[in-house]
Amino acid sequence: MDIHEYQAKKILSDFGVKIPTGGIVYSPENAENKAREIGGSKWVVKAQVHSGARGKAGGIIICNSPLEVADATDKLLGKKLITNQTGPEGKIINRIYIEEATDIKHELYLGLVFDRSSESIMVVASTEGGMSVEEISKEKPETIIRSKIEVAVGIQQFQAREIAFGLGIESKLISRAANTIIGCYKAFSELDATMVEVNPLVVSQQDEVLALDCKMSFDNNAMFRRDEIAELRDKTQENSNEVYASDRGMNYVSLDGNIGNIINGAGLAMASMDMIKLAGGEPANFLDVGGGATPEKIVKAFKLISMDSKVKVILVNIFAGINRCDWVAEGIVQALSKIEIKHPLVIRLAGTNVEKGNEILKKSNINYIEASTLEDAANKAVKALG
Amino acid sequence: MSIIIHKNTKILVQGFTGKIGSFHAEEMIKYGSNIVGGVTPGKGGTTHLDLPVFNTVKEAVDQTGASNSILFVPPAFAADSAMEAADAGIKTCVAITDGIPSHDMVKIKRYMRRYPKDKKMGLVGPNCAGIISPGKSMLGIMPGHIYKEGKIGIVSRSGTLGYEAAQQLKDLEIGVSTSVGIGGDPINGSSFRDIIEKFENDDETIAVLMIGEIGGPQEVEAGQFAKENMSKPVIAYIAGLTAPKGRVMGHAGAIVSAYGESAIEKVKLLKECGVTISKNPSVMGETVKKVLVENNLN
Repeated sequence: MDIHEYQAKKILSDFGVKIPTGGIVYSPENAENKAREIGGSKWVVKAQVHSGARGKAGGIIICNSPLEVADATDKLLGKKLITNQTGPEGKIINRIYIEEATDIKHELYLGLVFDRSSESIMVVASTEGGMSVEEISKEKPETIIRSKIEVAVGIQQFQAREIAFGLGIESKLISRAANTIIGCYKAFSELDATMVEVNPLVVSQQDEVLALDCKMSFDNNAMFRRDEIAELRDKTQENSNEVYASDRGMNYVSLDGNIGNIINGAGLAMASMDMIKLAGGEPANFLDVGGGATPEKIVKAFKLISMDSKVKVILVNIFAGINRCDWVAEGIVQALSKIEIKHPLVIRLAGTNVEKGNEILKKSNINYIEASTLEDAANKAVKALG
Repeated sequence: MSIIIHKNTKILVQGFTGKIGSFHAEEMIKYGSNIVGGVTPGKGGTTHLDLPVFNTVKEAVDQTGASNSILFVPPAFAADSAMEAADAGIKTCVAITDGIPSHDMVKIKRYMRRYPKDKKMGLVGPNCAGIISPGKSMLGIMPGHIYKEGKIGIVSRSGTLGYEAAQQLKDLEIGVSTSVGIGGDPINGSSFRDIIEKFENDDETIAVLMIGEIGGPQEVEAGQFAKENMSKPVIAYIAGLTAPKGRVMGHAGAIVSAYGESAIEKVKLLKECGVTISKNPSVMGETVKKVLVENNLN
């Protein structure tokens, strides 16, 4: 689960990380007042959307008066921001963060992630702040500092100092920088985060170490014990079909193609998408209805797929394990008695009681194309596009 | 021999009396697995499915001599149960539970470092289908009847894709020595490398089919291990060719975030390690067959 910049900064500040003074607003009037309240002579108006690269997309505007702040807010609110990370549909701007402008001396990069090889938490830092970590690894890999943190004892002062010295921070600011790194680590480890990225982390002309921008992601599996994080979720930043699916216990990812998929199991779903691509088609979605593929889930899956206007053909691929194909087939028949599907439908059943399952489908009055293997199913789905 | 579980392996069910635990315990018993009891804290001293229930894993191990366990405990309590199994001397624990937080998995792995290598529990999963040695024993939730007895070792992240492979092999009259589901989470108990090493040391296994997916370094690490240490052929399929970057594809671990994590990059790196690639998921069985013929192993 992702959260907004202003929410992430609030969390970091609770862990002792310094952030520029700022506040969230929902209207131009609000914004003007907020700017006066913050004071100073220069402000940054920042569109709050779940995406990086907002600056290049016009989502961050520097202003020299409270009136300019109001204008900039008016310009952004209610618009969709299209960045190189949002896809062409963009993301709606409903909240604006107003912040005092910072006089920057140095821009640095600081990130924390799980390192899947060492199964520990890894701090990644670089002197090249402002660039994405992918760009840094490509263009300035020699600037990257990596430090593995032993989770049982947590980050130690010396490790944070080593990173800070590695970033070339002046001696008198080392303890400030180290405390910033430690604060980020604590936020990561105490709140079930999966990613904390401060980019840029800056040293200001006034010698403050500040988190100027921050992104945080959290482990969905840990939300049962993180009510305070779960309530930060902003569903307006998520694809509406993905929200519909996640609210119903299904894994759904919207894609650009036109062949809709209903599949049980994440691995099989990825494999089926691959087969569609190899057959010359493009999947419209990834949808895992769960290993069990119960009739209720299949009904919900058909509803979900029929909400996607891109879909021209539907491919159902179920490998029945503990459940049985005859049961899955009944689920499909039941689903199609409730929802009208206008597009060609390809069904491939495999596993337990496959003959019985296909028999039930044949005897029903549903209009479908039967497929035997994964390959056959993908070929028939692509052919059905016409 | 097979790996990890054999005909008489004594098995405990953790989370025995719950709905899911009960259902799968019955399925395992039907398959012929030697389930000797279960653990549900607070229900010790009772019986369930005609088997004894214990309050603690230690007590269960003392009284039944169980060496392996299977865990159906809900996510919030699963890490605790896995550590309890490790401390009670369980040799292999299979965690079926889906939804254990990554921070808990890191904690379990760190906790288990306190045991010397010969006393350290092997954890398989979580979020996996478990283990089956066809005709011998099942420590998992798979449909046992799709697995034919034989000599191919299967190791897969995905449950259903592992079933797909077993079915394809069976249709070609090729059997399986053991199939291990390692699960789709970013931090998991056993890696591909851990399992293929066991297959290399197993007399009965002649070749290994590895079914991976996007995300993480494990497939490539296994490939490097195979290149340096394995005499047996390894065949691999990597799912997720069409997966967009930065999106989680169902499995929490299936996300491309760094170099070497996309399907195309993994396939390239595995080929360099001498692993034979099944070019699509429909020909996993045929690719295994072809490799067996080429190596005179059929």
